[in-house]
Amino acid sequence: MFENLSDRLEGVFQKLRGKGKLTKEDVERGLREVRLALLEADVNYRVVKNFVERVRERALGAEVLESLTPAQQLIKIVHEELIRTLGETPAPLDLGGPRPVPLLLVGLQGSGKTTTAAKLALFLRKKGHRPYLVPADVYRPAAIDQLKTLAEKVGVPVYDTQPSENPVDIARKALVEAKAQGRDVVIIDTAGRLHVDEAMMAEAAAIKEAVSPREVLLVADAMTGQDAVNMARSFQEKVGLTGVILTKVEGDARGGAALSIREVTGVPIKFLGTGEKIDALEVFYPDRLASRILGMGDVLTLIEKAQETFDLKKAQEFREKLRRQEFTLEDLREQLRQVRKLGSLQEVFGMLPGIGKKIKQIPFDEKEIVRMEAIINSMTRQERLNPRIINASRKRRIARGSGTTVQDVNRLLKSYEEMRKLLKKARGARGLERLAQRLLRAI
Amino acid sequence: MLKWFRRKFKKKTEETPSAEGTSPETPVQETSSPEPPPPETPSLATPVTESVAPSAEEAAEEKKLWDRFKKGLTKTRERLREGLAELFEVDRLVDQAFLEELEELLITADIGIETVNRLLEPSRRKLLLGEPLKVSELKRSLREEILRMLDLPTPPFPPEASPAVVFFIGVNGVGKTTTLAKVAWHLKERGFSVLAVAADTFRAAAIEQLVTWGERVGFEVIRQAQGADPGAVVYQGLEAAKARGVDVVLVDTAGRLHTKYNLMEELKKMVRVAGKVVPEAPHENILVLDATTGQNAVSQAKLFGQAVRLDSLILTKMDGTAKGGIAITVAHLFRLPIRFVGLGEKMEDLAPFEPRAFVQALMP
Repeated sequence: MFENLSDRLEGVFQKLRGKGKLTKEDVERGLREVRLALLEADVNYRVVKNFVERVRERALGAEVLESLTPAQQLIKIVHEELIRTLGETPAPLDLGGPRPVPLLLVGLQGSGKTTTAAKLALFLRKKGHRPYLVPADVYRPAAIDQLKTLAEKVGVPVYDTQPSENPVDIARKALVEAKAQGRDVVIIDTAGRLHVDEAMMAEAAAIKEAVSPREVLLVADAMTGQDAVNMARSFQEKVGLTGVILTKVEGDARGGAALSIREVTGVPIKFLGTGEKIDALEVFYPDRLASRILGMGDVLTLIEKAQETFDLKKAQEFREKLRRQEFTLEDLREQLRQVRKLGSLQEVFGMLPGIGKKIKQIPFDEKEIVRMEAIINSMTRQERLNPRIINASRKRRIARGSGTTVQDVNRLLKSYEEMRKLLKKARGARGLERLAQRLLRAI
Repeated sequence: MLKWFRRKFKKKTEETPSAEGTSPETPVQETSSPEPPPPETPSLATPVTESVAPSAEEAAEEKKLWDRFKKGLTKTRERLREGLAELFEVDRLVDQAFLEELEELLITADIGIETVNRLLEPSRRKLLLGEPLKVSELKRSLREEILRMLDLPTPPFPPEASPAVVFFIGVNGVGKTTTLAKVAWHLKERGFSVLAVAADTFRAAAIEQLVTWGERVGFEVIRQAQGADPGAVVYQGLEAAKARGVDVVLVDTAGRLHTKYNLMEELKKMVRVAGKVVPEAPHENILVLDATTGQNAVSQAKLFGQAVRLDSLILTKMDGTAKGGIAITVAHLFRLPIRFVGLGEKMEDLAPFEPRAFVQALMP
């Protein structure tokens, strides 16, 4: 859908290649592309304007004009400015103060507060905390049931909210209850509210007043458009925020709203919601979102996620193998198994730079993984280590053994070959970058 | 422009009532519009038994809906009106700076860049050629152009079939379940019998949510346990609808991100299943869009449209400050008419979409 910024800038500067030095006008043309890319990523118009101004100042300095690779240089500046705007370093949750520590989640309807509350509870539980969930949305039908169900799923106790209760009382009583039960963090899920609904905003402020939460987190949808600034400013002014959780990041939204929200509220983004699975919550790293807004993928998250799920030793072995370009079908099988643990394939591939965008359009059936694994299982070890020996008769045997067809076997071998080629090109970090660029040009 | 930006907040509360009073076009439009064809007028569209509804009642009902529509859009209109009024104040000649401000206005309404460029291109060209262009002319052409984008043929609602099967489709959190309940209420008000199918078997308590709505509005919900195969629920729901002889079946699907291959396959399957039980079903697939969504709505419409046939849009959460301009872009790019606009959390907070009125409201 959207061209990524690197592509765009490459296009602009391609014509200028061999021209030697760039003029101011050339840089302006590059900046125009930056502006368009940001607007298409849903960064607010005004925020874009200020942002481009800052980039212009730096770009017209020697950095870009004298550079031999002006496109890269400009991207680097944009990237750095994005990171600076998003807040250089990750901001951890503040869980200081007397126990239990209350956290309040607020946001528009449908931004994903309830799901996020449960994800956050699981996240904290994994970190050794003793969280407590509090449904305080008495308006949306079955919202309380939803959180109670999710609480059970993540194995965290939940306050037994009655829909007839007042949200302020609920919060206050739940806090007492949490203390009695010896919980150390209390996550309060409030009703979705429009930022122009004065009564509802006053209610959120009243809950905050009643329990003095350590964190008031705005849950915002990554797909939000230009209105993100109005919404965020309003929540900041009327309730007061300490952080932001950006949800639905796993789609193909660029998430420019994050930039807008950060700019108008000044509070850090703390987490990203990255999927429907209950553990799909990630700590926010500014540099990674910056890459995403620019359409440059997210390798770091992938590696980190892999580390969390993968057997660390196996992961290291795998990386070692990647480096040595030894990637056999055995490794592929191992990866398939790991991937199944890791979550949806699309999610994983989506984080790879350059590949992400295209792979999303390739039909990827999760069942396919099972089938692929079955095919590999039906090979001999020798075949797995050296697929070149797999001739027509071996293929027939493998197909029979795995309950598939020869075509399926061929397809698997072909994708394996492609993967191997890809990985061959992607040697080292520099290599990955170059690979991404080459891929983008080729696709 | 900064002034306008800041003022938006201050003004909206105090200006709301006066805006209702001073809006010169809207009442006129309402009474003397030569062809007032709100899409839901059930003249030919509705099953024979229903088509004898007294027209006075219809008119009163329409007026009620219309008022609500107007009220809900007040904030939107205020925003754009303030900006545009400032811009269009003096009928001067258009210059570069003017076009830039206009561009900002349109973009901050979430109208996509591509659409904005198309809207402004003729004026830019004129300016480049040195032809004089008055602000009033630009205003007229802009209004006409937006209208052309929105004015799409709208088939009757509910679709002409018995039972008519309508799917509610969209990403997570846009308000599909609430919208379904509102549409059910709307249909019941017009005398149709309605049955809902709880095919969102994924989200915790989604079924309960729909059942609660069913109790409030008064419609039956066909359901299975959470985690059941949504295709099976659709099958059971449509069989039940046929057996009971209901007019309209509303199918609540789970929120799904359009980039998830598996979930899109699941959606396709549900649609296939529907077609097996009731010929040509689903008769209408409605993509539910959140008015606060930005450019991603384009991707949503594109990918959902690749998976299943999309017939129309419902734009939810128009009671906030989001201007829903993305609907213009989506309608324009995919030629999808906007059926209804969601204006609040109550069951009656749904209004038929009227392109003429929408543009009128946006461009005073």
